[in-house]
This record gives sequence, structure tokens and C-alpha cells, in this order.
Amino acid sequence: MRRFVLIAVPYLWLVALFLIPFVIVLKIALSDVALARPPYLPQLDITGGWDSIRTFFSELDFENFWFLTTDDLYWKAYLSSLQIALFSTTLTLLVGYPIAYGMARAAPEWRPTLLMLVILPFWTSFLIRVYAWMGILSNEGLLNQFLLWLGVINEPLTILNTNAAVYIGIVYTYLPFMILPIYSALERMDDSLLEAAEDLGCSRLSAFWLVTIPLSKNGIIAGCFLVFIPVIGEFVIPSLLGGSGTLMIGKVLWEEFFSNRDWPVASAVAVILLLILVIPIILFQRNEQKQREAEG
Amino acid sequence: MKTHLLTMTAGAALMASLAHAEEVRVYNWSDYIDEELLTKFEEETGIDLIYDVFDSNELLETKMLAGGSGYDVVVPSGTFLQRQIQAGSFQKLDKSKLPNLGNMWDVVEQRTAQYDPGNDYSINYMWGTTGIGVNVGKVQEILGPDAPIDSWELIFNPDNISKLAECGVHMLDAPAEMIPAALKYIGENPDSHDPDVIAKTEPVFMAIRPHIQKFHSSEYINALANGDICVAVGWSGDILQARDRAAEADNGVEVAYNAPKEGAQMWFDQMAIPVDAPNPDAAHKFLNFIMDAENMAAASNYVYYANGNAASKDYLIEDVIGDPAIYPSEEALNNLFTTTPWDPRVQRTVTRLWTKIKSGT
Repeated sequence: MRRFVLIAVPYLWLVALFLIPFVIVLKIALSDVALARPPYLPQLDITGGWDSIRTFFSELDFENFWFLTTDDLYWKAYLSSLQIALFSTTLTLLVGYPIAYGMARAAPEWRPTLLMLVILPFWTSFLIRVYAWMGILSNEGLLNQFLLWLGVINEPLTILNTNAAVYIGIVYTYLPFMILPIYSALERMDDSLLEAAEDLGCSRLSAFWLVTIPLSKNGIIAGCFLVFIPVIGEFVIPSLLGGSGTLMIGKVLWEEFFSNRDWPVASAVAVILLLILVIPIILFQRNEQKQREAEG
Repeated sequence: MKTHLLTMTAGAALMASLAHAEEVRVYNWSDYIDEELLTKFEEETGIDLIYDVFDSNELLETKMLAGGSGYDVVVPSGTFLQRQIQAGSFQKLDKSKLPNLGNMWDVVEQRTAQYDPGNDYSINYMWGTTGIGVNVGKVQEILGPDAPIDSWELIFNPDNISKLAECGVHMLDAPAEMIPAALKYIGENPDSHDPDVIAKTEPVFMAIRPHIQKFHSSEYINALANGDICVAVGWSGDILQARDRAAEADNGVEVAYNAPKEGAQMWFDQMAIPVDAPNPDAAHKFLNFIMDAENMAAASNYVYYANGNAASKDYLIEDVIGDPAIYPSEEALNNLFTTTPWDPRVQRTVTRLWTKIKSGT
């Protein structure tokens, strides 16, 4: 019985916070847009008995998904979001790994302080931090004034309202999500393994490559997922820091929802986005499990 | 100790009054009222006024369509109001509770009846035009003293706009404002609902697109006042606010607003009561308070927008009533046009076209 309860908790969590919302969104995606409150049809009326439920289901169709294939805007936006997410996840990893490594190598009495410093920015509202970047990156902003003062540049660089600003904003915002899992993987690592590797003739660099990196693999994977998944659907950073040329699926979703008032098409876009994210993760986990079984 | 006790009693009294006080929740555009009016309403009626603001019709509309917003009074613009009435978002006004309706101005009421037949669901709060704001000095320096600052030629003619690009041009990020203007410029019906006609504006925008620094619906107020940009297509009152801020700052920037002579869009912000308003009774009291001639005049004197209240004209300051950019002459009034909402299919074409104009894809 106790075991059953233990298994039931995560499943309840999954059903309540993932499956039910997903079914609601899917239902809207299969409806038709209408001038009503809420703005789609059909509405489910349970009081009407079986007949009304049957008519309700007969009126659902996949028309909105079909519509998404008729305009190249959607796949271009998906592709561009994937590309931005991949590139910024890589950047975050390159910046985050050395920081996590340094933290894990620091003297034990320093580690809580360093950890605190990584978490500290969360105490300020995310929106305020993004607005602060607007002040830093603008043409008359701090960065340009500093570079002009140094004499590195003669004309202010245009960074705000470009993709470069979007990458800076994403790497800055998501860096803690990359550092924390890698740090926790590295911290648990047994130093004697490195000594053993060096005793067996490894250089320090190859010991890092052959021992440290594989042992922190789980942290790297967790960090990359934590960054990659929210970045794909990111809306705030591209709309505040990006220019009108920055195409991301989050912005397309906003336009469908607010400008076109087409909740069904907006929901269809969201369902596809979810599939794009969930399917690779399921495949990845299955692959991991197979490997573990093969090893076991 | 005594003061301490006093504060405590006062606190308890306040709590008690809060528990019993009636509430009315108003959702209006940002920077759109003289806040002293809010206190005055509370003092006169004893009703607690909770005042929230928004900055786009789309945001308000989504709340209205979802339902259960909790607001008693909201302020959509004409075409949005019309669509939301059709969707069943508002309740009919009980005109017996609105004795101040007699103050309203028939010229405006005739036009708003286009969105709300018989003005059954809404009253006019403010109205204005969509036109061009310029930094007069900079534009004349670049294009000469005869620069067409009162014509769409300034914006839609690539020869002009390409030269102005260096000093900065902003445009409203609102296709419902910009596409009718472009249609007017090429001599089509600005209220056309024909996708083929609307498509004719694409080459017009594509030619000027590289010269637009930003599509945004509120940043231009400050940018124009500071001299960061020299041209903005925007809403009349916003540009007049930029003009006043520049004059106050005394920074050598002279901002001027013009409703283009080819014809400019006239818009109306209407106060309405959601169908599920928690306190419709207090909402009516608020509408009646706003329609009071002196109150309405106070609001206009503060935000520099014209209102739909004929009786308020006696209380308007000369800066407002005497400015043809706010209260156009009869002749200029005839030159203004209104638009009607696009159906969902046309709206989709328009949004798609606008995305293409802004992003190039």
C-alpha cells in the first residue's frame, strides 16, 4: 500500500499539472474560432446528456493543424526558435561549466557563499533585470559609453533590438539553471579518481576530458534541458530585447492569441510546440534506459 | 501611548469601513485621467474606487472574451467595442440611472452609433485622431522649410522617409491604424475589407520599412520629446503630451502634431459595463460622474484629448478647446474617416501582412 501511494504521487502530479491542462488546450485546438465568450465553438454542455456530448465530439476536427501547414510563417518560426534555443544553450553551457567547475573546486568553506551569489539575482524581478539590460545595451547605454571611453570603438554599437541582445539576455537569465545541476554533479565527484587517472599516465587535460566530463554528464544534460526547453517558448526576452526581425514561436503565439483572437489556432501552435519538445525527451530517456539495461 | 491608541482606533475604524464599503473597479488606458477625479468620486459617493490601467486594446479584449474579469467599467475603442458587443461581453446601460446623458455631444454620438447602435452599451470618454508628430526643427533642416509635415507624403513617400531615417522614425505597432492610413494615401477606401485591396498596401510599407527604426505604440512619446527621434506616426493626445514635455524641459525640441490633409483616422474610446460586472449599480454612478460637464472637462484639460461631452466645452481651457489639433474645425472634421472591424478571415490576412512588414518573413 505504501508503495502504491509513493508511485501515485508523481502520477497525480503529472495528471493534474500536465495532462488535464494539455487536454483542455487540445480541445480548444480542435474547435473553431467564433465571435463569442469564450471565442470558440463548440462548448461542452454536460447537462444536455449523451446526445450533446456526442454532437460536441463530432464538431471537433483537425482543421487548425492543417492550417499551420499552409503558411511558411509557422515552420520558419519553429525552426528559428529551435536555432536560437540550441545556440543559446551551447553558449550558456560554455559560460556555465567553468563557473560550476570553479565553485566545486573552491575551498569547502567558500562554497555556500558562492552558491548564494549564483542564486542572488533571483531576488530581483526577472522583468526588472531584463529592463536593466535595455539600459546597458542601448545606443547611449553603459556598455557603449564604456567602450567609447576606452577608445575601442568610435561609433556606438547597435546591440539593442538585435538577435545579439536576445542571446545576451537569455544567457544571463538562464545561467543559474545551467550552473546549479553541473555544480551538484561536480561537487559529489571523488577526487581520488582524478589522482588515479594521473597515476595511470593521464595528463591533467585528458583526465578532465576522460573523467570529469563523463562524471558530470548528468548535470550537463539536466542543465541543458532546463535551459533549452523554456528558451524555445521564450516571449519576454525577444520582445523586449529583440528587434522586429527576431522571429520566435512565442511571439507568433502571442499574435494568434491577441491580434487574431484565434484561440484555436494559437492552441494548435502550442500543441505542436509541446510535441516538438516532448518527443525528443521521451526518445532520449528510452535510449538512456536501454543503455542502462545493457550495462546492467 | 495616546497617539498609539488613536492610530489603533483609526485603523480599526478603517478596517470596519473597508469591510462594508461598496467597491467599483475601473479598467482604463494608462495616463488617461486626472487622478484628482478619482478621489473626488470616492468623496462624493462613498464608494471605493479601484483603478487599474492597460495599454492595448488586444489585452482588454482577451480579458473580455475570457469573461470573469471582475471589472465594472472598461474602456475599449470603437471597433473593439463593436466586436465585444457582438460577442455578448457587455450589458445594456440603464439610461434612467444616467441623468447626465443630456450633456453628450450629438456630433460624436452620431459617429459612435456606428459601433454601438443607439449608444445602448457605451458612452464616449475621449476621442482623437491618428496622425504625424514631427520634430519641426530637424525635419525642416533635412527636407527644407516646405517639408510636408501635414501630409502622408512625409511617411509613405520613400524619397522623404529615407532622408528622415537618420534622425529616427517610429510607427505605431497597430495594423488597424497604419493600414487604413496607407489605403488613404494610395487613394483606396480606408475602410476596405477586401483582402486584395488591403494587399495593395504591402509594396507601400515594404518600400519604407528599412527606414522605420521601430514599430511601437508608446515609446514615441518620450523619444519625440527628448529629440531621440524626429518623426512618429501616433495618437494625437500622445504627441501633444510629447510637445508639452519638450516645452517644459526647454530642450530646444519643438514638436508639432498634424492630422494629415489627405484624411486621418478618427477613433473613440468608449466606457462600457461588462455583462458580468460585480457592481453594475456603482458602475452607472461612475459613468454618470464622468459625464458631469466639469469632471469631463477636468479630464480633458489634463490629458489633452477631446471628449464627447458638449456641456464640458464651457469648462475647457483655451489650450485644449482652442487647439485645432485637439478640436478640429468643422471642415477638418469632415476630412476625418472612421473604420469598422475586420471579420476574422480579413483580420488574419492583416496580421499576417503586418508580421511580414515588421519581420520581412
